[in-house]
Amino acid sequence: MTQLKCTGLTLGYEGRAILENLNFEVEAGDYLCIVGENGAGKSTLMRTILGLQPAMSGSVEFGGGVTRREIGYLPQQTPVQRDFPASVREVVLSGCLPRQGLRPFYAKEDRDRAAEAMERLGITALARRCYRELSGGQQQRVLLARALCATRKLLLLDEPTAGLDPHVTAEMYRLIDGLNHDEITVIMISHDLEAALTWAKTILHVGGRVWFGPAERYRTEGIGFAAERGGAAL
Amino acid sequence: MTFFETLSFYFTFPFVRYALIVGVLVALCSSLFGVTLVLKRFSFIGDGLSHVAFGATALASVLKLSDRFEMPAVLALTILCAVLLLRTGQGAKIGGDAAVAMISVGALAMGYLILNVWGTSANLSGDVCSTLFGSTSILTLSKNEVWLSVILSVIVVAVFVLFYNKIFAVTFDEGFARATGIPAGAYNLLVAVFTAVIIVLAMNLVGSLLISALIIFPALSAMRVFRSFRAVTVCAAVLSVLCAAAGILVSIIGGTPVGSTIVAVDIAAFLVFTLAGRLLRFKGGTVK
Repeated sequence: MTQLKCTGLTLGYEGRAILENLNFEVEAGDYLCIVGENGAGKSTLMRTILGLQPAMSGSVEFGGGVTRREIGYLPQQTPVQRDFPASVREVVLSGCLPRQGLRPFYAKEDRDRAAEAMERLGITALARRCYRELSGGQQQRVLLARALCATRKLLLLDEPTAGLDPHVTAEMYRLIDGLNHDEITVIMISHDLEAALTWAKTILHVGGRVWFGPAERYRTEGIGFAAERGGAAL
Repeated sequence: MTFFETLSFYFTFPFVRYALIVGVLVALCSSLFGVTLVLKRFSFIGDGLSHVAFGATALASVLKLSDRFEMPAVLALTILCAVLLLRTGQGAKIGGDAAVAMISVGALAMGYLILNVWGTSANLSGDVCSTLFGSTSILTLSKNEVWLSVILSVIVVAVFVLFYNKIFAVTFDEGFARATGIPAGAYNLLVAVFTAVIIVLAMNLVGSLLISALIIFPALSAMRVFRSFRAVTVCAAVLSVLCAAAGILVSIIGGTPVGSTIVAVDIAAFLVFTLAGRLLRFKGGTVK
């Protein structure tokens, strides 16, 4: 079952294309890692999939029962959030809003869903704590719990381990892998090629040469390794 | 006369009651949206719009609009500018902050120019001073203006409560909200329009130069001590109402200018809350 289909996608800013004629499909239950050098267009691709910026040409289609309001998204943190007074519960609950429509307040169902997501990510004890006072790893778990409130099907993660120490990073990857085993499709941007090859089922390499296929074949064909080793990203 | 006898004597005058009603309502409304404006780093829009409101008031007084039409006309013009400012803030050629500075100082200059050239008032500097600092206008409210203020305040509070969760989501993380299909642009517009409404309401109370204080001080004070969005919002609202009421009472009894007295009380509250926040953190206590 295809959940996401990108056809002839060309991306860029102000008339200058940085990625051209991109074609790929994401099946339900897949774990896709988008890799490539800095500035290759990984984030632009994710922003386009999310509808945050228009594509220069081509199309992004959702299918298999996924609509735009049923996507979980883990963005990179913004400067605003660093001094934002919000409790963990408030942040996680806000993930239920997309399904809410015009209803003004949260229903019991939303609160249950948020409690479940916090339990799943082991942050129930932090529910009343202030978001800005948590460690980086805890904050990422909170944002992941919010994404889980928004979706049961498709998660888009923009560098979920950026700025985390190795131990917390490994824990984060295990959590994401666990979610994927629960049949949630994962699309993740990563700088960390080793981790991408360890965890992902499918790789999309952008920048320079575009390559799309199973992770094992990416390893044997060795595409990208030469370029990545040369770059500062690794 | 004792303090309370003095107070109850003053309350026999309708203009004192009007001032207190409108003052408390305006303080409540401005603090609610203030939290969002401060957190979204939109405080400067409030400042810019207040100068626009001054220009609009000058225009209205020169055109000799009757009392009944003056406030709605000023309101319409300020809302229009709020929409324009928000548009230019989003990726136009002139940067957001420069556009705000341009419109705000332009409106201020044009307002004063219009009053000077076409104004017929015998006491020009008095008029300008009262529009800028709200020195007496709160005490000269007509019954119509009071009703209009009450209706607008009820609408502002109702909209804030109904959209509270969405306003939180869009303020905390606009990218996430947009990506999951929440019309973030529409909510930004809502916040800008209601900021305009609040500013026009607040002009009578503190004058156009001091409105920003009413919007940002309660929010900043509450943020020193509280750490959840709901607690900050509730605290800002309560604090703002108390400061406004205290400021109005002090100014009536002491004969000080209403607007600056309220702002002075707000500043004092800010200092107290800053100190309280420091102490709580020093003790390692958790505040919910």
